[in-house]
Amino acid sequence: MELYMSIAIGVLFTVGVYLVLSKSLLRIILGTSLLTHGIHLLLLTMSRLKTGAAPLLGQKADSYVDPLPQALILTSIVISFGVTSFFFVLAYKAYQKLGTDDIEQLRGKEDE
Amino acid sequence: MNNLLVFPLLIPLFTAAILIFFKNNITIQRGLNTLSLLATVCAAGIILYQVKTEGIQTLHMGGWLPPYGIVFVADMMSVLLLLTTSVVGTFCLFYSFGTVGEQRERNYYYPFFQFLLVGINGSFLTGDLFNLFVCFEVMLISSYALIVLGGTKRQLRETLKYILINILSSTLFVAAVAYLYGVVGTLNMADLSLRVAEAGQDGVLNVIAVLFMIVFSLKAGLFLFFWLPGSYSVPPAAVSALFGALLTKVGLYALIRTFTLIFYHDPAVTHSWIAWMAAATMILGVFGAIAYSDIYRIMNYNVIISVGFIAFGLAISADAAMDGVVFYLLHDMVAKALLFILGGFIVHLTGTSRLKEMGGMIKHHPAVGWMFFITALAIAGIPPLSGFAGKLLILQGGLQEKYYVLTGAALVSSFIVLYSLVRVFMSAFWGEEKKPRTNPPALISKSHLLSAASLFIIMMLMGFGSEWIYRFAAEAGNTLMNPADYIDAVLKE
Repeated sequence: MELYMSIAIGVLFTVGVYLVLSKSLLRIILGTSLLTHGIHLLLLTMSRLKTGAAPLLGQKADSYVDPLPQALILTSIVISFGVTSFFFVLAYKAYQKLGTDDIEQLRGKEDE
Repeated sequence: MNNLLVFPLLIPLFTAAILIFFKNNITIQRGLNTLSLLATVCAAGIILYQVKTEGIQTLHMGGWLPPYGIVFVADMMSVLLLLTTSVVGTFCLFYSFGTVGEQRERNYYYPFFQFLLVGINGSFLTGDLFNLFVCFEVMLISSYALIVLGGTKRQLRETLKYILINILSSTLFVAAVAYLYGVVGTLNMADLSLRVAEAGQDGVLNVIAVLFMIVFSLKAGLFLFFWLPGSYSVPPAAVSALFGALLTKVGLYALIRTFTLIFYHDPAVTHSWIAWMAAATMILGVFGAIAYSDIYRIMNYNVIISVGFIAFGLAISADAAMDGVVFYLLHDMVAKALLFILGGFIVHLTGTSRLKEMGGMIKHHPAVGWMFFITALAIAGIPPLSGFAGKLLILQGGLQEKYYVLTGAALVSSFIVLYSLVRVFMSAFWGEEKKPRTNPPALISKSHLLSAASLFIIMMLMGFGSEWIYRFAAEAGNTLMNPADYIDAVLKE
């Protein structure tokens, strides 16, 4: 199972990196969110995908899955959600003011 | 257990939350901010005293013993950085009164300022790797807001790049944390150190160490600094003083912590990488500092050079060099804040950031001029001033450990730092007075000059009292060189 997950994460990373390297700002933001998806799956996978009950004591199971990575993922999800929404609004503002979404044209001149 | 440790984080957090309610009352905002920073300075001072007299202080959050709960640890290194941060933060705050503009002050400038300090103080104090990530994010998100606040074209453009780079490096940080958790199964730094030592740092752990090195280098501007000169030149001078003095130093602190506490078993791999990256940083930074004739760019490349210099001290990992690293870090935080504030004066008075269009300011602004000159000497490391002792110790360590080429590069970089800053001094203050600004600027107010002068006095005292500060720096360096002390303090119960 870990192998398939690793391949899936690898694909997410590849697509994410490809999108981040593109010209359009929206594709870059999509790329970063794919990268964060990959990272969260990676956190889940690295705690070994053993079978076990959900981490609820009421389940009275013999073994549970590792609860720590789930908490880490939850933290990381909200952080990246906040940053992504900031990034989107920033891109919108930049598009309004600078009139372009082409990252190549955002080099900046000596004086403006 | 020492509940005082949470105060450097709690005071700014609480202040920031309260300040949000007083959006339009600038007087209250300024007053509360000042009070909160002074309180933080006091808290840091008391913790420093406790660490000096009783040894490393820890705080187990919620009473959970490590490695299960989050632990805050104040060893000499973190508490010295904490104190310097709050002192530098205070003067940057005084300088930002009136210089950042009323529009910014009304739009949550001060809460963001406090949140930035929350992130920085938390990063210095935490003893948990994932908590470090969270504190980094608190710091970075406030820094995004502080850079873009005002919303000019340049700010929007540079913030896009800054935020993208930091999202990528945070992503890598989480990946590195995930790998490390997968291999050793813990996140507490002291416990990590033990388990990495048990597992033996080879193969996969070295790869993870290098991944951490890349992450923190991106944050600190060590070799991967391509984002720094642009982003740090767009916000107002008070903000770039704060960034230049503090943000990169947090990355450096994380590098120092990880590579003295966790991954110190295979220096042939990790530390020699750091050494070469440091050399490349110094050399490339030197090129940048000579090449540009824009005062912001020159100051930013000076930040990069000093990052390289401190990382070189870390790479040597000898006793003398580590003391030097702590000493130089403290000096550099104060001196860079002062340099950026004085640079802000120059730009304010001449109305331009280009050296060619300045000149002859010494006649009307001798105080600013001579402070700038002496700060330049201090940053280059001229003997009685504060940069000297740190540089001397690092270079001494470099010679002891036979890093001759790199020590040579570090020495040459000091010369060029001096050249680049004196060039700014000569073209801004000497020569003929250039055409005056079309709308003559308001003179610098007394209070701003006073905040610069106070930082200047602190820097001078650090130079003349180096013997006294060295005792603290040596203790910090000693703890860094003996991770067992840190581990014992955290895991003793």
